[in-house]
Parts: sequence; C-alpha cells; structure tokens
Amino acid sequence: MSDAEITTETPTGHSRRTFIKGVIATGAVVSSSSHLFRARSLSASAAVRASMPRMISLDVNGVSRSVDVMPQETLAMTLRYKLGLTGTKLGCDRAECGACTVLIDGVSHYACSMLTNAVRDRSVTTIEGLESADGTLHPVQQAVIDEGGFQCAFCAPGFIMSMVALTNENPEPTREETAEALSGNLCRCGDYNKILNSAMRAAEYARRMV
Amino acid sequence: MAVIRDMMPAFELFQPTSVDEALDVLERHDNTWVLAGGLDSMDWFKDRIKRPDVVVELGSVSELTGIRASGDGLEIGAMTSLRDVAASEEVRSRFGILAQAAAEVATPQIRNQGTLGGNLIQDTRCWYYRGGWPCYRAGGNICYAGTPRSMNREHAVTGQSRCVAVNGADTAGALVALGAQMMVRNPGGERVYEAEDFFVGPEIDIQRMTVLEPGDLLTHVRIPGDWAGARFYWEKVRDRKSWDWALASVAAAIVESNGMIERARIAVNGVAPTPVRLTDVEDLIQGMPANDDTGMAAGELATRGFKPLRHNDYKVPLARNLVRRAVRGDAA
Repeated sequence: MSDAEITTETPTGHSRRTFIKGVIATGAVVSSSSHLFRARSLSASAAVRASMPRMISLDVNGVSRSVDVMPQETLAMTLRYKLGLTGTKLGCDRAECGACTVLIDGVSHYACSMLTNAVRDRSVTTIEGLESADGTLHPVQQAVIDEGGFQCAFCAPGFIMSMVALTNENPEPTREETAEALSGNLCRCGDYNKILNSAMRAAEYARRMV
Repeated sequence: MAVIRDMMPAFELFQPTSVDEALDVLERHDNTWVLAGGLDSMDWFKDRIKRPDVVVELGSVSELTGIRASGDGLEIGAMTSLRDVAASEEVRSRFGILAQAAAEVATPQIRNQGTLGGNLIQDTRCWYYRGGWPCYRAGGNICYAGTPRSMNREHAVTGQSRCVAVNGADTAGALVALGAQMMVRNPGGERVYEAEDFFVGPEIDIQRMTVLEPGDLLTHVRIPGDWAGARFYWEKVRDRKSWDWALASVAAAIVESNGMIERARIAVNGVAPTPVRLTDVEDLIQGMPANDDTGMAAGELATRGFKPLRHNDYKVPLARNLVRRAVRGDAA
C-alpha cells in the first residue's frame, strides 16, 4: 500500500477489511470517514481542498516515517500512540507543563499543542533521537545522569529537550539564562536546583565536544 | 494499543499557502476557525467549548511571516513568531518596547510557536468564560465575574460593561504605544486600523475582542517610524515570572529634549477589556520635566475613575505606580 494512493479516496485494490486493519485507532475510522465524504463533495469547487493525505510522512529523529493522522490530531498524540515514541510525555495537554517538549527544526515546541499536519515538512526530534547511532548519550543526557538531575523524572524528557535547545542556541549560558530557557517546563517534585545543575553541566559537556 | 485519551472533536483542516486561498476557504464555509500558533485555539477545542467545522491553519502562508522595512518603519507579518519578533535586530534597536513585550509572553516554547497576530487577537482569560459558563460574552445573559461573590482578582478595574474581562495580549499595549496599524484583509479588500481602534470593548460588541469578524484575517502589523528610538518603558507585573498573563502592564514611548517631555504615547493593559491609551496623561505631561512629580501626577490622572471589583482593588495602585515609573523614566 503506497502512501501516495491514500488521499481522500478509499483505497482501491484492497478490501475494506485490510483498510480498516491498517488504521490503528477505531476512532480514526469513524471521524475521518465523515471527513472523506465532505472533502470529496467540496473538491470540485474549492480552490483549496481539505485533502490532507491521510497517510503522511513525518521526519522524526532523522527517519522518514509514514503515519495515518487525523486532521485534529496533535503531534504528541501521533508520536506516542501512532509511532510508539512514548518518551514524549503528556502531562497537562494544555501547553503549560512542558512534558511534551520536542524540537521542530531544532526549536523547542509543545507537541501537545500543534497539529501533526502542521509539521509535515519539518524535522521533529524527540528524546529518543538524542543518542547517537552507537549508543553514545547526548551530552545533555550524560550531564543529567552525572548530576542525578531528576527525582521521579516524568518531566525529564521535556526538560532535556529544552536543555538541548538551550545548549544549541547559547553555548555559554549563565544560570539565570538557563532558568529562563527552562521556564516553560514544570517539575512537580521541585527539583529545579538539580535540574539547573544538570543544564549547566550539559552546557559544559557540549562545549567540550565542539 | 494505547488508548487515545483526549482527542479533539473532528474538524476539516485546510492549509492554504496564500492569503487569497485562506480568504477563499473562509468565505466558502460556515463555522470556521483561523488557526495561527494554536495555543489559544486548542484549549477551546480540547475543552469542547468552541467546535468549528472547518479549521484554516495559516502556517504555510509564507507572505504572513517575516519582518521587513516599510517606509520609515517596519511591517511585521501576523504569523511571525513571538520569538522572531523578540530576537529581531530591527525591532530591538528601533522599537525595543515591542521586543521586550514579545519576550515576556508566556514561556520559551509558546514564544517559539505563538505568533504576533495570535497574541494580539487571543481571547480573554476570564475563567468563567473559558470554563464554558454561559456568560454574556458566550452568548448568555449573566456575568459571573461581576457579582459580589465572584472570583475577580484578575478582572477589569475600568472600562467594564456587562463584561469585566481584560485583554491579555502583552504585545497589544506596546503596539498602541508605538502608534502601530493593523492591516486586515477580507474578500472585499484591505482595511487599516489604528492599534487602539483595533480592539473593541464589550460596550461595542461583547462577543469579540477585536474588530475582526468571521472571514477577516489580520495579515500584518505596520509600525511607523514616529517613535523609533524614543525612550521606551515596558513593565509587566504577573503572579509568576513565567507563563503568566499580566495583572497589569504599561507601555510607554516618550520623546524628551533637555529633560522635558516633548511628546508621549502611553498604554496600560490588563486593567480593562481593551488596552487603554492614556491620552489625558499624554496631554498632561507634555512640556513637563521627566521626574517623579510628573510621574505621580500622571499616575493619579491615569487611574482617576477606576472602579475596582470585589477582589481587584490592588490593580489601582499597581497601574498608578506603573504609569509613574514609565513617566519618570526608571530603568526598566
């Protein structure tokens, strides 16, 4: 089943059963089939069609992944429940806690509050994409381990992604700048001092590598 | 397979690549919603309070992004991220107050994704309204925040009507102080609004925050060169140092010569349903020395007639002191 075939058309050459099997969540079938019929009736007249391909390619951690997304699906949902990248956490799902922080083209974003369809042509980096192919940890990950940065660590993936964004943008941050850069992430254990220590050490490791 | 816990209700998604295409889609459909950064919008969708049938996502409209010279000033696309506004060398060097305001919006992640246009037209934060209560603003027939027992610490101290919610846009006050203009497109053409006329209070239309009607797009913000390099003052007071909206903020552009105030534009926000331009204060301080006495007089005049609600009388001295600091010229 090639990705390009499935746009607003029900795929031909496959039974409905295999089509439905191919769709992961039951909810996706229900909501997006109404989407299909509406989009088809519009397609003749509208200059822009709501013809988001159902199967889209996402560049996640340097790998192009095909995934079936709904129009209203957030990136966090896609990453966790369609691509199995559960390192990205959902805390509040309201752009407040930062647990879902990922990098889009190297810049930190809340994955809970952007549509997957809006990042089709951009490169997404999640916590799973930080270590290198040979298993060497990213300097930020190593720094967090060395500093014992987190207590329960539910917030850690989000904080670590924010730290990666910081070390990329500002190789020599002060502690104050670090606090500002991490101010979009919350830790309910209140481990902020250790987290800041980790971030400062991460910047140091990153500088050494350059 | 994991359970998907909180999917938004379905809508049809359009991702136009030009303003014309976007306007076309908006004209052809009913119950539409324009999505910029999405940080205000998605709360509404997830809470099932606003349920559009059609969402028009503007991220692919390149003509709405970017900062360029326009006459002796700047033109900023409505889809330019707050991060880019805050980091722009042109904005920082000539209209620093806007860069400061943009840099204090919410959190780094929100500034990376949130747009200038989205910040300006964000809906109010009154929690009765945002919680889905059927208040006047939501089309009902009561204001839950204005009663004697309401929780209204964050609400308006002036300009109240049947609605007492405040405008939460940090960049709005700065743009009013800079004398900016908002450029709005619809299928009928382009209209230009002065920043202070762009925001509408409940006495004009209780269900809107701005002049924008369905089918309208805010495309650009134009900042004239009039106040470039003036002495600027921006201060935002909030409960938390990150993420939070302003309890009150002041934005001022003041041109001085020999220690005397030649001309000034001052706006406060967070105290009324719209940003408030203080024209009386601007007139009063013209020709006066930029010192604490002038600041005190300015602060008194600015807050004259303020009518606090049950829990927000602190906003009166707060606004008074912010204006005082702005006029006397504290280092921000």
